[in-house]
Amino acid sequence: MDFISILSIFVLSCFVGYYVVWSVTPSLHTPLMSVTNAISSVIVVGALIAAATAGSVQSKWLGLVAVALASVNIFGGFAVTQRMLSMYKKRER
Amino acid sequence: MLSLPERHTDFVLAVTGPDWVPLLAYLVAGACFILALRGLSSPESSRRGNLTGMLGMTIAVVTTLATHQLASLWEIGIAILVGGGIGLVTARRIQMTAMPQLVAAFHSLVGMAAVLVGAAAFLNPSAFGIVDRSGAILAVSRIEMGLGVAIGAITFSGSVIAFLKLNGNMSGKPILLPARHWINLAVGLAILFFLYGFFDSASPLDFWTLAALSFAIGFLLIVPIGGADMPVVISMLNSYSGWAAAAMGFTLHNTAMIITGALVGSSGAILSYIMCKAMNRSFISVIAGGFGAVASGGEAAAIDRPYKRGSAEDAAFLMSQADKVIIVPGYGMAVSQAQHALREMADQLKKEGVEVKYAIHPVAGRMPGHMNVLLAEANVPYDEVFELEDINSEFATADVAFVIGANDVTNPAAKTDKSSPIYGMPVLDVEKARTVLFVKRSMGGVGYAGVDNELFYRDNTMMLLADAKKMVEEIVKSLG
Repeated sequence: MDFISILSIFVLSCFVGYYVVWSVTPSLHTPLMSVTNAISSVIVVGALIAAATAGSVQSKWLGLVAVALASVNIFGGFAVTQRMLSMYKKRER
Repeated sequence: MLSLPERHTDFVLAVTGPDWVPLLAYLVAGACFILALRGLSSPESSRRGNLTGMLGMTIAVVTTLATHQLASLWEIGIAILVGGGIGLVTARRIQMTAMPQLVAAFHSLVGMAAVLVGAAAFLNPSAFGIVDRSGAILAVSRIEMGLGVAIGAITFSGSVIAFLKLNGNMSGKPILLPARHWINLAVGLAILFFLYGFFDSASPLDFWTLAALSFAIGFLLIVPIGGADMPVVISMLNSYSGWAAAAMGFTLHNTAMIITGALVGSSGAILSYIMCKAMNRSFISVIAGGFGAVASGGEAAAIDRPYKRGSAEDAAFLMSQADKVIIVPGYGMAVSQAQHALREMADQLKKEGVEVKYAIHPVAGRMPGHMNVLLAEANVPYDEVFELEDINSEFATADVAFVIGANDVTNPAAKTDKSSPIYGMPVLDVEKARTVLFVKRSMGGVGYAGVDNELFYRDNTMMLLADAKKMVEEIVKSLG
């Protein structure tokens, strides 16, 4: 992919993000933060590439540590979001 | 994604299908993340949204593992198990009042992961397919990598400070270095200098200096910011963690990372904007820091003003006679763990035919939406909880406004007193209710902004001086 295609995806995603986030109800802003935390750990993709590669020992270990850190975030972020969301209940009628 | 013909790579791709399969998979992952956020537009769709997010993450991870030759599957498995285990245990054990700290800690991990990935890419660029034929890192990748590492480092060190302040390991008071603006400016310029240097030369010295300076400025930026501004700070760091992920996505040419980074970056930016507006603070003044440092200027004269004091029985009587009660909770309520007792009180009142609603100021908690989570945890139905702009007009028709653990967000001075530090901040119009019941530990303490609240001395205000939880429990007893 060339730089311009990547930039296009990025700019359009910013617009998508802008409209999607404004549509989030304010009462769910804390779960929004914890779930954005979890998804921004998609950086684990880069960590996995580094950790999986033979070639540089340092790079591999940096990658492994990054995989561990991102995993804390992915599992912790999604789990705590799910825990919070399960608390939101409607009035019993 | 590594298919560009001019790109030399000694990394063997074990691609199991045509080239476009992984590209498409990452795109699908990115779309899942958009849907995850979209789900949060209402509590009903939110849980499904979160599951979609998990699906997206699974797709991204599986795609990466499936398209790369794995030289160290064991180690990776262990890293995921250890990290995932810590994450799951923390997520299960964390108290809802401690959510801001947890989120700050999570931000720091994203920042650190970005730095580590950047460093790994720098040390072994061919693995990431970002080298030219001679084995040198591509120019555009050098900029992206440098930016990613810089933003990641700032996110990490800034979040660590935010965590320490929120967790109480470090004073919430702003710590002001002399000439801090000049120091920050100098470090900022140095970062730009080394960013350019790294772009120009790709030398290790430039790279590591850039990283070190970015760590330093993260500390320097957050240390002078006071506790009152923390909701803005964690939103801002949320945004940074997104931009860091996006920058790494640019480096790795990965759609899922770019889409996610853009989403998270915008999300944090919007939340920062909402928080700034809710406190009537400009973003620049938050960053400049120091808010809350001049709290000592409180007027001593105000202490001796007459006020009405009431008991739990008075409060119970007033509320049971009311048609409509609006509860205004603040962080003080959460600190004294009064939310469960409060919900019991509301249940009792509802049994007596009183209409009960909750009014939430955007900065009622320590992070955006925090109070809503705390109430939800206490089984308060979310359709009884209203945001400031939706309920403010209703105070005029309410018989009782029950303020518990909130202070500054109810201060009428924000509307009338131009000399007040909180002037212009949107506040809840509690004084328009027929009676205001104000639960407060004692008359001495002032709110977070360090200003006296003239609401205490109004004719229609009754002060209930006690610990929030004890007071509510006594009211429940008197009601029953």
